[in-house]
Amino acid sequence: MTPTIALSGIHKRFGANEVLKGVSLEAREGEVISIIGASGSGKSTLLRCIPLLETPEAGSIAIGGETVRMRSKGGRAAPADAHQVNRLRASLGFVFQNFNLWAHMTVLQNVIEAPVHVQKRPRAEAIAEAEALLEKVGLAEKRDAYPAQLSGGQQQRTAIARALAMRPRALLFDEPTSALDPELVGEVLRVIRDLAAEGRTMLIVTHEMAFAADVSTRAIFLHDGQIEEQGPPARIFNAPTSDRTRAFIARHLNR
Amino acid sequence: MDFDFLSDTMGKLLAGVPMTLELALISTTAGAVLAVLLAVARAAFVPAAWFVRGYVYVLRGTPLLLQIFLIYYGLGQFAWVRDTILWPFLRQPYWCAILALTINTAAYGAEIIRGGLQSVPAGAVEAGRAAGMPRLLLYRRIILPIAIRQALPAYGNEIITMVKATSLASIVTLMELSGIAYSIISETYRALEVFLCAGTIYLVITFVLTRAVAGVETWLNPHLRASRT
Ligand SMILES: Nc1ncnc2c1ncn2[C@@H]1O[C@H](COP(=O)(O)OP(=O)(O)OP(=O)(O)O)[C@@H](O)[C@H]1O
Ligand SMILES: [Mg+2]
Repeated sequence: MTPTIALSGIHKRFGANEVLKGVSLEAREGEVISIIGASGSGKSTLLRCIPLLETPEAGSIAIGGETVRMRSKGGRAAPADAHQVNRLRASLGFVFQNFNLWAHMTVLQNVIEAPVHVQKRPRAEAIAEAEALLEKVGLAEKRDAYPAQLSGGQQQRTAIARALAMRPRALLFDEPTSALDPELVGEVLRVIRDLAAEGRTMLIVTHEMAFAADVSTRAIFLHDGQIEEQGPPARIFNAPTSDRTRAFIARHLNR
Repeated sequence: MDFDFLSDTMGKLLAGVPMTLELALISTTAGAVLAVLLAVARAAFVPAAWFVRGYVYVLRGTPLLLQIFLIYYGLGQFAWVRDTILWPFLRQPYWCAILALTINTAAYGAEIIRGGLQSVPAGAVEAGRAAGMPRLLLYRRIILPIAIRQALPAYGNEIITMVKATSLASIVTLMELSGIAYSIISETYRALEVFLCAGTIYLVITFVLTRAVAGVETWLNPHLRASRT
């Protein structure tokens, strides 16, 4: 079976700073992969390379078996076909640390925006689906509220509904709870947990170790731009083979 | 106070109001469209940035009066201008005034919109890109709606400035509000009363405009109006 997401030999640098040093990763359908690692290890950059929010200098990216075509533009790598990139982006859902909702739109408008204008689905159908999604994330009564009127937890749940509205093959979460007050973390994790239980394909960058251990089918420890260790969460969190992984886990579980 | 003279003057001046409003409306509307195009070109298309900067520099750096003169008296000096299909328009003071007002307000407007574009949160743009929005759609649905809302208060000032700037059109013989005022004065030599009347009319127009811009602002920004629940 073709993997939902396949990264191979991804290299990414910012100036002299080589952030990803050849990362390969496959996510199969239904897998929930948590990506952990120290600050600056390249977790966000790796996740952002998947929908080409960052362009890797080398390596290949395939979504649903379709490889992103790249070319060299002025000595730098760039996507060869913007249409292809936009189409592939629309087949993924990205959830940001800072929610990144569109402040001038209501909750419902945020959710139907891309289905209607990018995927060109009928408006009525998009609204019906959005209402069901808002129900699911517990925000049915907030459909006409604006982001500024919502708590952080409600904003992030709106962002999750917005990502789901694309009917994505996979969901990508970049520290979805890091910007939240501690008492609001639970409500967002609960929604993500439900999505995992539905069998959705997800990649989750997180510092919530207990949650990662609990929800994921595989854990990846990233160190200095490389995958240091990966495997079933039970092993990574309880009996890692790498000293670095062990030290990282120990530091984070004792907080 | 000679109330008969005042009411008579008011009546004559009011006849110039439609022309004043017309000049302001056409030039601010066309100018706003041009301003958005210039600002977006400057932000999104590197080779255009220098052109836009030069355009803004020249049009903000010279008096509007001079620009009106140049267009009205200057364009006709070029034979090729007289050969274009635009000549029937450009030979009329009305269209010259509108052209000058438009390109002038577009320069100020482009700077205001540029400020608005800079205030668009990077996260909002990123979310649009992640959703697969092509660049044009991103501008149309996310970037410009946010930028224009942000720019609106400053743009309101520009519109009011433009209403008053239409008075310069009188120097190319247009009989808008100020043009009529000058002509009454040259007949009656009663400058004080006439200018008081004209000033009052400008004040009323400005007042109505200020309210209208504030209304549009509130209407476009329900997310700021509504309190946190
Ligand atoms: N746009 C950028 N320009 C320059 N450097 C960047 C950029 N984005 C990330 N970096 C650098 O790349 C490195 C990896 O960053 P990244 O955000 O991927 O780390 P991370 O593992 O997500 O860290 P954190 O846990 O703090 O979010 C850091 O050194 C960071 O400073
Ligand atoms: Mg990060």
